[in-house]
Amino acid sequence: MMSEMKTAAYLCSGCGLGDKLDMASLSKVAQKAGKMAIVREHPFLCSEEGVKLIHDEIEKESVTHAVIAACSRRSKTEAFSFPETALSRVNLREGVIWVVAEGHEEIRQEMAEDYVRMGCAEVKKMKLPRGNPESGKEKNILVVGGGLSGLTSALEAAETGYKVVLVEKETRLGGWASKIWKRVPFSSPYNDPQNTGILELISKVSAHKNIEIHVNSAILETSGAPGKFVVRIGKAEGTETEVKIGAIIQATGFSSYDISKLPELGGGLPHVVDQAGLEQLAIKAEGKPIAREDGKPIRSVAFVQCAGQRDESHLPYCSGHCCATSIKQAMYFKDAHPEVDTVIIYTDLRTPGMGEDFYRSAQEKGVIFTKGKVSSVENAGEGCRLKFRDLILDEESTIEADLVVLATGQVPNSGVNIELPEERNQVSVLNLSYRQGKDMPQLKYGFMDSHFICFPYETRRTGIYAAGPVRRPMDMLQATEDATGAALKAIQAVENASLGRAAHPRSGDLSFPTVRLEGCTQCKRCTVECPFGAIDEDEKRFPLFNESRCRRCGTCMGACPVRVISFENYSIDTVGSQIKAVDMPDEFSEKPRILILACENDAYPALDMAGMKNRCYSAFARIIPVRCLGSVNTIWITDALNSGYDGVMMMGCKHGDNYQCHFVKGSELANYRMGKMDDTLKQLGLETERVTTVEVAITDHEKVAAFINDYAETIRIIGMSPMKGFG
Amino acid sequence: MASIATNQTILVVGGGISGMTAALEAAECGRQVILVERNTSLGGRTAQLYRYFPKMCHPTCGLEINLRRMKANRNLKVLTLAEIRSVSGKRGDYTVKIRLSPRYVNEKCTACGECARAVETEIPNPHDYGLGKIKAAYLPHAMAYPLRYVIDPSIIATEDGQRAKKACKYDAVDLEMKEELVEMKFGSVIWATGWKPYDASKIQPYGYDRYDNVITSIEFERLADPHGPTGGKLLRPSDGAEAKNIAFIQCAGSRDENHLRHCSRICCMASLKQSQYVSEKGESKSTIYYIDIRAIDRFEDFYRKVQEDPQVSFVKSKVANIQLDEKTGELILKGVDTEGYHRYEARHDLVVLAIGMEPESLGIPLPEDIITDSSGFMEGSKDLGQFGAGAASSPLDVNRSAQSATAAALRAIQSIYRTSSAEGGQ
Repeated sequence: MMSEMKTAAYLCSGCGLGDKLDMASLSKVAQKAGKMAIVREHPFLCSEEGVKLIHDEIEKESVTHAVIAACSRRSKTEAFSFPETALSRVNLREGVIWVVAEGHEEIRQEMAEDYVRMGCAEVKKMKLPRGNPESGKEKNILVVGGGLSGLTSALEAAETGYKVVLVEKETRLGGWASKIWKRVPFSSPYNDPQNTGILELISKVSAHKNIEIHVNSAILETSGAPGKFVVRIGKAEGTETEVKIGAIIQATGFSSYDISKLPELGGGLPHVVDQAGLEQLAIKAEGKPIAREDGKPIRSVAFVQCAGQRDESHLPYCSGHCCATSIKQAMYFKDAHPEVDTVIIYTDLRTPGMGEDFYRSAQEKGVIFTKGKVSSVENAGEGCRLKFRDLILDEESTIEADLVVLATGQVPNSGVNIELPEERNQVSVLNLSYRQGKDMPQLKYGFMDSHFICFPYETRRTGIYAAGPVRRPMDMLQATEDATGAALKAIQAVENASLGRAAHPRSGDLSFPTVRLEGCTQCKRCTVECPFGAIDEDEKRFPLFNESRCRRCGTCMGACPVRVISFENYSIDTVGSQIKAVDMPDEFSEKPRILILACENDAYPALDMAGMKNRCYSAFARIIPVRCLGSVNTIWITDALNSGYDGVMMMGCKHGDNYQCHFVKGSELANYRMGKMDDTLKQLGLETERVTTVEVAITDHEKVAAFINDYAETIRIIGMSPMKGFG
Repeated sequence: MASIATNQTILVVGGGISGMTAALEAAECGRQVILVERNTSLGGRTAQLYRYFPKMCHPTCGLEINLRRMKANRNLKVLTLAEIRSVSGKRGDYTVKIRLSPRYVNEKCTACGECARAVETEIPNPHDYGLGKIKAAYLPHAMAYPLRYVIDPSIIATEDGQRAKKACKYDAVDLEMKEELVEMKFGSVIWATGWKPYDASKIQPYGYDRYDNVITSIEFERLADPHGPTGGKLLRPSDGAEAKNIAFIQCAGSRDENHLRHCSRICCMASLKQSQYVSEKGESKSTIYYIDIRAIDRFEDFYRKVQEDPQVSFVKSKVANIQLDEKTGELILKGVDTEGYHRYEARHDLVVLAIGMEPESLGIPLPEDIITDSSGFMEGSKDLGQFGAGAASSPLDVNRSAQSATAAALRAIQSIYRTSSAEGGQ
């Protein structure tokens, strides 16, 4: 497909580059060492005229591979966008003249020349990504779960013109929403409970021409990838259907925390119910005064908030909806019969946003709110006795009530926890045929939430999104919003998959991993370490790449001990050749070379900002941006050390519980792999300080400079590498 | 310009986290989007935050990803310094007038910074809510997008303006630039106009307008930020002394019928987060005065962690008033601790008001068709062609704003699909 390689280098002398650097000498480097067929220097390369020069040569001279030596790749990105050309950006501005202190002209020039050499070396190893040829064109969306979230996702996607397959395990659609009397209001005025609207939603979904419904059904197997999932749906009566699917929304909702686990709060007593139990009584009453299960009228009711919630021996989290739900339920009583005593015992009342109006309305209706912590609920006479610590009066207190409602929490119906060894009592939801497990990885407490604040829908299974209370605890309004957003993500996933493009965060990336199986030793590191479960194993136990599941982070490339995995424009060679391109001074020069592999998401921007803020760092550094530290293959490091680098520093994102790695596991894996580097260093007869890893946040423009400078000092102290001249 | 937008194009108003999210999510579904931002660069209020709860990670990290997505996406066009003047028409066929204010710097700008070096005038830094100063030729912040300088209108007709022009080798400074009014067609509109802090000076007993050392939570973010006016030191404004005993007052304006009816949702978590900025400074102490701590869902983990922090204490109380001790510059907070009903008179050297959110759109002429709730948050338009997203629609945190914006993007795409399939069916 690609014609013969024609290379060109474009050097900009604007923004002070021409004043501080010997451009003629840089041009010569591009020509001689870089072996660029065309070399041009321009005083203002990002100008219309400069960009036109490049465009014209791409057209007329058939330039296929171009080096632009100017500012950072993060600057003027749109101007220097040539989609049909393999491109390497050499960062002479933010990365050289803005960070090298005055008075270091010679080493500054050497730094710039090395970067030009590196850019030329890189570009020649690059191929223009052509998109994933294995892309699937299927655009149907599977929604698992027919409750409020699932119905909403299904309807929203269908109304946008996409075909939907909806699978519900029960015989009827509706889920929890069909088992409640009324809902907390969705819109103003926030004064009274509203109709749930679930029947209308069910009838719209049932009648929709784009929606195919399977009730009483479960997913037997999900295989494939975005754009080409194959899903087997089994009916309880034993029949099976196979459907082709583009993307999946898991909206399997929650179960109510089992009140029998709360005997101290009366769980199991006849006049103690959970919120779902109260809804049953309310449905039976149909708006008339609510009676107990035994038929007795209720004159007093106590709601116990956070029952088994915010409690490390039960559910450590808050389910978010329960305060407003108890308020709504207290209103059932007050609206039907204002004389009923209703008391809500809480520690923090949590009604965010307009929920405050709803709270206020309950106070106006005479609902009593008591700040307290309930210690016990027991049978007493015809009803129950509650003991609690009144937190306002700071004393023990007792009340009696005909009925006690425990506000228990939401437990997500998330299926198998793939991090745990197989447990018998777990039933898988998706039955993924993925090597890494049957269901989606969970974040915490069983919820399939994203770990990323900015990107709430990011799961670790490409093209599979969680929506509603299975993602995080939420109320019905939030679930509706969440399900609508998930419908968008599913649509986006099928559209991107059909074009062979990556999903978030490298959205639009057309590169994809390829593997040279003849070199593969079946070590399985790639299949185990892929943070997104993209790689399976075939019958012969070779890795089986599912490109459409891949996020293009390169973790597999970093993992591979025999270096058979690569991307067209990012490979062992594109980086390795840069490392080798650096002109290595001899050990008597007192000019050490420090290789820095910097995560392009956070560390590299921080380095740019160091430049913008004139934080100077050592001109002995040679920085190469990497897609993720997870993509760093140890061969780069051993090659660097063998060829005489005096130190190698890796700059990546924070790992651990509050990890900031955009590819979830990348920086953690890099850290783990580097932990094993000490042995290699010893074998080479090198000091362990010659390789180091640092955590960098994007705001650390001061720190990055300090890290480099401190490291340069360390290298100065331990001395030049003895490996020079042997590489 | 008008020709690029059609009745298939989605207009997103507001370039904060919600607007960027809505625009990107729609554009990455292959739809045409124009994102209009009133300020000089994207990022909105999140770009002015130091860190996010509960991960204590940096907002610019997500901003970087979003900017990269934006630079790579040809379906998305961004207009900055652009304000909506009017929206007319109906779903599938809106005509929108947009005012483009002059930046006085054109697209030739390379962000080399020569103009800023040449200019002498300093102006209050808008990125720091005016707490610090910046040259009148400036880059809004290090992560600004577009990465292009701005010349403040105040120096246009001055020698400084000429200096900026002269310093630019690339002919990027254009002092003749004029305001423009453009008209474009859109199929659907997403209002992601965000929020603004409630006017703290209206809460009279707290003396925000009288006492230097009473500041708002958003100002505190700038103090904590190493990129901010104090380089990340928590210095009290009155004398620049380091604040070591800081009070956080919750529900400043919120949950109060005299001010904001609603709960602003984010403030409890924001103060819990900010107490950690304080604890990180060594010996410093935080006291959080609250009514209810609303650390919803997994945020409870963060609340638990802060409760275990010996440097942070909690007082359940709505602070009655604040007085100044003129001699020491300290503030005296008076009120009743409702847990046990104790009166207190507590001294602090800095008071941070966890200020409530109100819709930024309160100051924007909205189309008549838009439905709002009693606090002015947007529910959308009656014709189902315009939608609220993020904090414009409800007081939301960043995560929920992104969720809401993603939902709004779907609604906008759907609205266009409905219109065009109805037309196709005719």
